[in-house]
Amino acid sequence: METYDLSQNHIVTPPEEIALSTNQLQVYYGSGSRASMTDASLSFPRFQITALIGASGSGKSTYLRSLNRMNDRIARIEGEIMYRGTNINSPKVNVYEVRKHIGMVFQKPNPFAKSISENITFALKAAGITNRQELNERVETSLKEAALWNEVKDDLNKSALALSGGQQQRLCIARALAMKPDILLLDEPASALDPISTTKLEVTLKELTKNYTIIIVTHNMQQASRISAYTAFFHLGHVIEYDQTEKIFQTPEIQATHDYVTGNFG
Amino acid sequence: MDDIQHKLTAPSKASREDVMGRIISYTCIAAIIILVISILYFITSRGVATFTANHVNLWQFLSGKEWNPGTLNASGQPQVGALPMIVTSFSVTILAALVATPFAIAVALFMTDIAPKNGAKFLQPVIELLVGIPSVVYGFIGLTVVVPFIRHLFGGTGSGILAGTIVLFVMVLPTITSLAVDALKAVPTYFRSASLALGATRFQTIYKVLLRAAMPRLLTAVIFGMARAFGEALAVQMVIGNAALMPHNLVTPTSTLTSQLTTNIGNTIMGTLPNNALWSLALILLLMSLVFNLLIRYIGKRGEIKS
Amino acid sequence: MTPNQTDRIATQVINFLVLIVVLILFFLLGDIILSGFPHISWHFLTSPSSSFSAGGGIRDQLFNSLYLLVLTLIISFPLALGSAIYLSEYAGNNWRTGLIRTAIEVLSSLPSVVVGLFGYLLFVIEFHMGFSILSGAIALTFFNLPLLVRSIEGSLHAVPDSQREAGISLGLSNWRTIRGIILPAALPGILTGIILSAGRVFGEAAALIYTAGQSAPILNYSNWNPTDSSSFLNPMRPAETLAVHIWKVNTEGVTPDAVSISAGASAVLIIVILLFNFGARAIGNHMYKKMTGGK
Ligand SMILES: Nc1ncnc2c1ncn2[C@@H]1O[C@H](COP(=O)(O)OP(=O)(O)OP(=O)(O)O)[C@@H](O)[C@H]1O
Ligand SMILES: [Mg+2]
Repeated sequence: METYDLSQNHIVTPPEEIALSTNQLQVYYGSGSRASMTDASLSFPRFQITALIGASGSGKSTYLRSLNRMNDRIARIEGEIMYRGTNINSPKVNVYEVRKHIGMVFQKPNPFAKSISENITFALKAAGITNRQELNERVETSLKEAALWNEVKDDLNKSALALSGGQQQRLCIARALAMKPDILLLDEPASALDPISTTKLEVTLKELTKNYTIIIVTHNMQQASRISAYTAFFHLGHVIEYDQTEKIFQTPEIQATHDYVTGNFG
Repeated sequence: MDDIQHKLTAPSKASREDVMGRIISYTCIAAIIILVISILYFITSRGVATFTANHVNLWQFLSGKEWNPGTLNASGQPQVGALPMIVTSFSVTILAALVATPFAIAVALFMTDIAPKNGAKFLQPVIELLVGIPSVVYGFIGLTVVVPFIRHLFGGTGSGILAGTIVLFVMVLPTITSLAVDALKAVPTYFRSASLALGATRFQTIYKVLLRAAMPRLLTAVIFGMARAFGEALAVQMVIGNAALMPHNLVTPTSTLTSQLTTNIGNTIMGTLPNNALWSLALILLLMSLVFNLLIRYIGKRGEIKS
Repeated sequence: MTPNQTDRIATQVINFLVLIVVLILFFLLGDIILSGFPHISWHFLTSPSSSFSAGGGIRDQLFNSLYLLVLTLIISFPLALGSAIYLSEYAGNNWRTGLIRTAIEVLSSLPSVVVGLFGYLLFVIEFHMGFSILSGAIALTFFNLPLLVRSIEGSLHAVPDSQREAGISLGLSNWRTIRGIILPAALPGILTGIILSAGRVFGEAAALIYTAGQSAPILNYSNWNPTDSSSFLNPMRPAETLAVHIWKVNTEGVTPDAVSISAGASAVLIIVILLFNFGARAIGNHMYKKMTGGK
């Protein structure tokens, strides 16, 4: 494997309104002193899709999961995560509130072992929404937003585990959307899906940019280029390049990025 | 804007819930810890009273053969020699384990390697059921079947170490078997296929590969069985005869630590020597269960390193 | 001897040993069933026991066993659940957790007679609770706790971490996630564990003879006032259970038909435990099917 100079990088700050940004984010797993993520400083534009790409083990999930403090239990995280003028990587911050604003969808669909509608209403009820009608509305809207409504509208009381993988994943997206988050983090949401479901999902995500800021990890470079406005390339725990998606895929500044997007990597 | 900043930093229902959850679960675990500590403390403090309050010599207690705590011997010392009970307890435990182990391993091999399909299907539920049969039922069968049988063969009362061993053998057999099955199942299949591929017969594979690889866990299984046998009270009490006498052969009435305890603790008065002496027997039981526990851990650790 | 001959002989030895074990099993089960069943009758199940004359039943003992079981589960389940949640959800991987696990292991390895004697010492005598159902239930709790903790922890552990992540990623507290998502998902396993432990509790005698006592006062089944001393619900009365009854009639030797009573009672005990075993399996499977939508 060719070794690249990790200190050589090219990172832009998008001119658009910024929804979320990180400043010198470092992640250490366990009690180790080796950083799995080094000095990541990125700004994510509002109401856009940003893609995170890079080889396996390059730290994409590590970075993404740090953004809504999902790594709290297993990692030590240094640096700033700025959201609405607050550094949400501070121990004083209420992580539950953070996660309501910054939702997450995982690589493997993980619906609860409950009915389809309960999957969506469970967290809403916990958040204090008890009005039956409002709950029903939220179920319907979020399922529509996730492009699942037509397929399940007659089976809302059926177990979510009886859905297909692709449907389960869209249900997970609906579940996250029902919380009306500001930002949606997706970690390889399409990796378990067939091409048709993947296309559906991509269309859905594009639609969602009307109301949501989306950050998505993907291994599929076509997917990244199809749906995202900005793309960040990760390598060995470093952000190597961050720019508009077109630039990353057509005229990258850094050799490593070039090699990766053209398939000559490693 | 400010509203959101406030929300992000203020405690919410969720953070309060979490504090409550921690308090609840920490309390439960603390209760268990306190319980364990108090069991150890109470039994120990009672058990040592024989030596501290009644000034019985520890060595005499462990090696004396006369158990008659209510009376003094010729030299004016109380007769609290626990050796008969200790010897009997160890005898029945070791004999039961010795007899049960080959059967248990044979059944386990049968279920995992010789007839994994049909054998396991039939034997598994039966063994589970046998593990669940209450010890008084084993004791009752021992009393109505085993004891008369021994009486018929050897004369006397029929109670004694032999009857105790037979009852305990049947009791620990399912325990050891089910753990031995786990031990054999834990040996990866490629161990077997590799050995068979090298031309070894099934027996060679079992003997040279399987049993060796599973040895630490098999040993643990046997020790589990021994721990169960050593601590078993009522089933043994029903067939052992309950005479606090040194056993001279396998078919005369004698007494284990547990049977002596269950028979007499209700007939003695708290705080008196006869009562304290019984608590000392309980202390031996407690210490032995700790020893079994340590052994299991020690072997478990060694087994880990090897594989 | 060639290796092949050795192989054949060894296989035969193993088969022979298995055969003996199977014969023992058949003998045991056959003995319990054949000698016990003829004694089970409506009269046997519904009349009170009598110590000195033949023809006594096991009504009160059977009820005591069930009542004691219920009380034990009421006390031990919440404690075990809380502890299992601690171990599976909160405990870090450190020496403190190791110590806690060791303590629980020690508790589970204590002979039940020692646990019973501790209950006798502390509750019956020190706390002046006397021989009572409550003392018995507490002693059985000690005996039951480690197993229950282990089985509940196992069931919680079997719920994939992705479910926890799903919960907290929605802004739920850990506690809410555990209560609302992990516990329901683990419920089939937890129930199975409880029912299996119920079987053990039901048959336990050694921990009871000096806590719940060995006498069965005549109960008044129409008195629903638990504070009244003759009420069947009174938790402070002594209560001989079925298992203790079997032990007692056999060791005291004053009941003329001790053998047939014990045989009948043993069969009842085994039947109840069998029912628990089957029930555990059936309920576990049923709930699992229901939750996964038949998939
Ligand atoms: N829970 C963990 N504990 C310790 N190290 C971890 C953990 N999760 C990830 N790592 C390490 O952090 C580094 C980055 O892993 P990460 O999962 O972020 O990669 P990734 O880019 O998401 O890879 P993939 O494309 O395979 O999902 C890897 O070296 C990995 O070993
Ligand atoms: Mg990843």
